[in-house]
Amino acid sequence: MIKEAAIRRPLILGHKTYHDITNDVVGPIEGNAPRQWKIAISIAAVIALYGVGSIMYLVGTGIGAWGLNKTVGWSWDITNFVWWVGIGHAGTLISAVLLLFRQRWRMAINRSAEAMTIFAVLMAALFPVFHMGRVWQAYWTLPLPNQFGSLWPNFNSPLMWDVFAISTYFSVSLVFWYIGLIPDFATIRDRMVKPLPKKIYGILSFGWSGRAKHWTRFEEVSLVLAGIATPLVFSVHSIVSMDFATSIVPGWHATIFPPYFVSGAVFSGFAMVLTLLLIMRKTMRLEAYINIAHIEYMNIVIIVTGSIVGVAYLTELFISWYSGVEYESYAFINRFSGPYSWAYWMMMTCNVISPQLFWFKKIRTSLTATFLLSIVVNIGMWFERFVIIVTSIHRDYTPGAWGEFHPSVTDIGFFVGTLGIFFTLFLLFARYFPVLALNELKTILKVSGESYKNADKH
Amino acid sequence: MANKVFHVMYDDDQKLLDAATVLVKQGIQVKDVFSPFPVHGIDPIIGVKRTRLAIASFMYATTGTLLAILGTWYFMIHDWPMNIGGKPSFTWIENAPAFVPIIFEFSVFCAAHGMALTYLLRNGTLPGMPASNPDPRTTDDKFVIEIVTEDNHAFSVSDLEEKIRATEVFELSIKDC
Repeated sequence: MIKEAAIRRPLILGHKTYHDITNDVVGPIEGNAPRQWKIAISIAAVIALYGVGSIMYLVGTGIGAWGLNKTVGWSWDITNFVWWVGIGHAGTLISAVLLLFRQRWRMAINRSAEAMTIFAVLMAALFPVFHMGRVWQAYWTLPLPNQFGSLWPNFNSPLMWDVFAISTYFSVSLVFWYIGLIPDFATIRDRMVKPLPKKIYGILSFGWSGRAKHWTRFEEVSLVLAGIATPLVFSVHSIVSMDFATSIVPGWHATIFPPYFVSGAVFSGFAMVLTLLLIMRKTMRLEAYINIAHIEYMNIVIIVTGSIVGVAYLTELFISWYSGVEYESYAFINRFSGPYSWAYWMMMTCNVISPQLFWFKKIRTSLTATFLLSIVVNIGMWFERFVIIVTSIHRDYTPGAWGEFHPSVTDIGFFVGTLGIFFTLFLLFARYFPVLALNELKTILKVSGESYKNADKH
Repeated sequence: MANKVFHVMYDDDQKLLDAATVLVKQGIQVKDVFSPFPVHGIDPIIGVKRTRLAIASFMYATTGTLLAILGTWYFMIHDWPMNIGGKPSFTWIENAPAFVPIIFEFSVFCAAHGMALTYLLRNGTLPGMPASNPDPRTTDDKFVIEIVTEDNHAFSVSDLEEKIRATEVFELSIKDC
């Protein structure tokens, strides 16, 4: 049996057995819904309905209902799109990249992080789809034979690359997530007593029986999917950044964008994972599985990616001056001193200064501090996208066309609504799905479980 | 003599590995193992071969790459070439850098979904399929070795039972099959 170095902190605390893991994860699904869950999902569902209403109004009226104008043609819509896609990246990073690096701590968090990825990417996709205006013609982005001759979409365009990137990313993440879920659904199926839930989990578990050959295939599929999801996740946000970087708008066409966007995405994604998991571990009593060690590791990822983002901001700023292009310089001078300087400084404070607090061990191991800072980072990363998008286009080459963006009620409703839909989906997931990869966790129990790890010492 | 199936249950993965090693050494053929999680090291003992899914995945990826190359050539170069910002549209190779993202994404798409489908089909795990684990506890914390008399003509039923009972068995069920 593999022995882990004694210096590594245990990942599963307390004296757990295989059966305890099953009980701890499946128990909450079998019981009645707790009151807090009912309250939380009611609030989330009301907000979601408000979002659906805003979307219906938007479709009925046309995208003139947004606050966009002739100068600022992209604003909250694309900000929200990039923000949500970015949040999604942490899930794939945790489940794929950490799998390739054989990080055992991922097993406690990968399931919910992947769920977050899927819901976040769904929310992201809403924005470009509804930005098309005539949303019922969204299929025009696909290369389908048509009555125009056939007229094909433009494969040279980064917007087209985005269609392929996001749909591949979404569907591959979904498959990766579901393949991991199948054995865990089987565990729930075999425990359920009531006929209807047993039947439903039976269908969801695809008749999984845990044969040796199936497990071999399972591990191979997980490894290969992780191997291809890793370049995929980097490519997706690189392509998202190319929506801007391949244009010739000062402030947008920077070669630094792809790596800068990818690290920003991981940064914001980990912040969202922390926000969700800190609440979940408490309410679902999963402290033994998601403990301080996990939170500290995630905070370390936040320091690293947050620092990369900080360096990217400063590099951008320096290069805008060093390039000697006056339009480029102006775009950045306008960013930090123009009408949107408040947003710029908000972004700088939240994304560059606040994560540096995690250098202090006291702060990165404090649950309250982590929770507050994770929300600060989420806000900061939203402002980053807003700053990049709006400040770069609100003042163009013709001062007569200069303008500003003011969000309309529909803008706000759509964004707040996606938060509602996201939390509704996540709460449903937390209630009915195994929130931890319980069968994978069993494989590390003897290696990283506290009682096994310290067994020789007693 | 009716064929009999032995379901030998263990309550620990290490006990399962030890028992399987002992039984196989005595010349008993193990038909299958049911476990709640992948037990590393069991495959070579009971003779499960390495899966070829990764090779299949590579072939799906190659198919995706070729289809994407063919598609970009047909849509953008052959069927309806367009002058977009003066970007070269005369030959595929000149225009290829702009197609790299889509070729990559489509290869990944085909590799991932092709492999996932192959995996589900080869396992026979599909929506609505009945479960075939002998005991519901094998998806929780118990491990079962399945041995059938059909594979082990060299041993009598009582002989097999005796040998099996010599291992650290948690529960043993013998049924006709």
